[in-house]
Amino acid sequence: MDAIILQILNGLDKGSAYALIALGLTLIFGTLGVVNFAHGALFMIGAFCAVTVSRILTLSYTTVDETRTDFLGNPMEIEVPYIHNLVGQSAGDFMIDWAVPISILFAIPVMIAIGVIMERGLIKHFYKRPHADQILVTFGLAIVLQEIIKFYYGANPIPTPAPSAFRGSFDFGAFLGLGANSIIYPYWRLVYFAFSLVIIGGVFAFLRYTTFGMVVRAGMADRETVGLLGINIDRKFTIMFGIAAAVAGLAGVMYTPINSPNYHMGMDFLVLSFVVVVVGGMGSLVGAVLAGFLLGILESFASMAAVLETLPGINQIVIYLVAIIILLTRPRGLMGRKGVMEE
Amino acid sequence: MLGLTRKDAILLAIVTVVALLAPFILNPFPTNSGFAQFNAGYPDLMQRFAIFGIFAIGFNILFGLTGYLSFGHAAFLGVGSYAGIWMMKLLTANIIPGIAASIVVAGLFALIVGFISLRRSGIYFAILTLAFAQMSYALAYSVLTPITGGETGLQLKLNDPRVLDGALAPGERAHANLFGLDMTSSIEMHFGAWQFTFNTGYYIAALVLVLAFYLSIRIFRSPFGMMLRAIKSNNTRMTYTGLNARPYALAAFVISGMYAGLAGGLMVAMDTQVGPERMFWTASGEVVLMTILGGAGTLIGPVLGAGLIKYMENIISKINSGILHEWFYWMPDGLEDFVITLVYPFVGKGWHLTLGIVFMLVVIFLPGGLVEGGQRLRRLAQGKRAKKSATQTNPAE
Repeated sequence: MDAIILQILNGLDKGSAYALIALGLTLIFGTLGVVNFAHGALFMIGAFCAVTVSRILTLSYTTVDETRTDFLGNPMEIEVPYIHNLVGQSAGDFMIDWAVPISILFAIPVMIAIGVIMERGLIKHFYKRPHADQILVTFGLAIVLQEIIKFYYGANPIPTPAPSAFRGSFDFGAFLGLGANSIIYPYWRLVYFAFSLVIIGGVFAFLRYTTFGMVVRAGMADRETVGLLGINIDRKFTIMFGIAAAVAGLAGVMYTPINSPNYHMGMDFLVLSFVVVVVGGMGSLVGAVLAGFLLGILESFASMAAVLETLPGINQIVIYLVAIIILLTRPRGLMGRKGVMEE
Repeated sequence: MLGLTRKDAILLAIVTVVALLAPFILNPFPTNSGFAQFNAGYPDLMQRFAIFGIFAIGFNILFGLTGYLSFGHAAFLGVGSYAGIWMMKLLTANIIPGIAASIVVAGLFALIVGFISLRRSGIYFAILTLAFAQMSYALAYSVLTPITGGETGLQLKLNDPRVLDGALAPGERAHANLFGLDMTSSIEMHFGAWQFTFNTGYYIAALVLVLAFYLSIRIFRSPFGMMLRAIKSNNTRMTYTGLNARPYALAAFVISGMYAGLAGGLMVAMDTQVGPERMFWTASGEVVLMTILGGAGTLIGPVLGAGLIKYMENIISKINSGILHEWFYWMPDGLEDFVITLVYPFVGKGWHLTLGIVFMLVVIFLPGGLVEGGQRLRRLAQGKRAKKSATQTNPAE
């Protein structure tokens, strides 16, 4: 029992990341009809927003502290972050500690701007071209973006810790009455899961309950008619692209404490996220989110020792295996709409 | 000639001549000049040109003709490589059985993958092939370690059985060979300051490349090739005329898988080692880049694209800041540093950035790749000439 709960929990954080990336991919595909291979790169850029913010916050200068000495007896040199001078010592330390959550504020405008520039500057010219061309040009863009990041941040993963308040683990076993220490789960992964639920809920609520969302949904269903009604649907879709980019970016920001970001993390996630989108059904937002969590949990179940004993190596291939089976038996994916990218 | 039209025969002749003279063409700079690092005429790189040329030609038969975008083609290359090295370990270090096994095994694997994947088209097909390739990679990396050697891969070892070969003399290592011709043996020729290397392995690969190219011309011009184009231009209409598209697409998929297997077998014949990274999806992405860059659906395009990418990978990546300083030493100091800061991200380790930008530019402005670029230039030149002659002869209304 506790092993099963543990695997479900383990699957949730990866599943959250899959779900968030797949949500953005589906949003872009559903509105603009573009297959965006650069979406993983947006996730990666989001993660590097967090790296940038934590670097800016820890920018420091060296001073000499006369009261203390180092082991040679000379006055000790200490590094003082500029932020201490700006907001005071305790507030500065707090901000450095909370660098990752603070990066969200920084990442939202940056990601929306990147998304809008990408759509206006490049993707716009590819609406009329075949899907293969869209895949190829965004694939090229992904290479360019990841190489730029590699040039400025290097090829090694950069550790970006969570706030110290969330660094420990939560004892789920005691919480559920299954005995102490039977299920240990890091706090930050819970935060990540909750965060992804909030973002997913926010996107759905935005589409469901605002006028803007209503227009976008109408545009997804019948773009031309909405255009004929005198609504500038292109501008709305551009903003949706920005929002999709922001969703991917925020997924990246919050993922940094779980996995130290490196320049190719986007590509690693992208391949799986595409599988997720296809399993969920091209163009279905609910399908993308469900499939994301489902495949994340499935993957973690497949890496249980008991499963690996009977089926060695299954944890590496289970997602692809499921994708193949679903594509062959349910061509539209789990919740795909009829007529969307069927052939 | 050889069942080709005059135009195709000329193209084949050009490819043959270029392939045979490659050691001269790729080494245009004297060895002691500053440009010597642009020389690509060393055996290792020339072999890569030929092998990836074959790989891209095969990919083009699938993507260029039928329009099915496979994102997992490296799996066939990898499977072919593993089959090849096992033949060389068990049977003989002669490359013929190895390459034959590579083609057959890759073809069979392509038959299975193609049979399943071709049930869908478009992006679903791309995802299915990608899934198969990633599965092969993951399995080769983990569970299949007894067959694939896992992370370390496979090499020729001293204690391999090699039942057809005689015992090795003490201290001797098995070399990949073709009836005694060692793949790594080269003849060097000095010609003043120039140096040219003629490598056995390269010439065998080049010969296979020419054959593969000839075969692809025949496929392009055959009624079968016409059927494949019909799949690309309008699958529905083809079905309505009473033709089943699936067997044709499957045949194209298997042929293209066999080409990939051939490339894998040759790769093993040249460096006698395999690792699972050969099947990773970035390797599949690379052959897509090559084909598109050169020009999908054209005969010569994929070979050009493969050559360009391998050249960039090996030559641009070698340029470091020291070499840049050497080049721009004649500039005033401030300007020199400025130019070097501008250029530096694009060379050396950053060559992927250059590749990505070139690739994007090609997809945006030249969907037909380098071949279309060449055609446009020619049309531009011809158009000017035609206009000139038109003004001279005073057109009849």
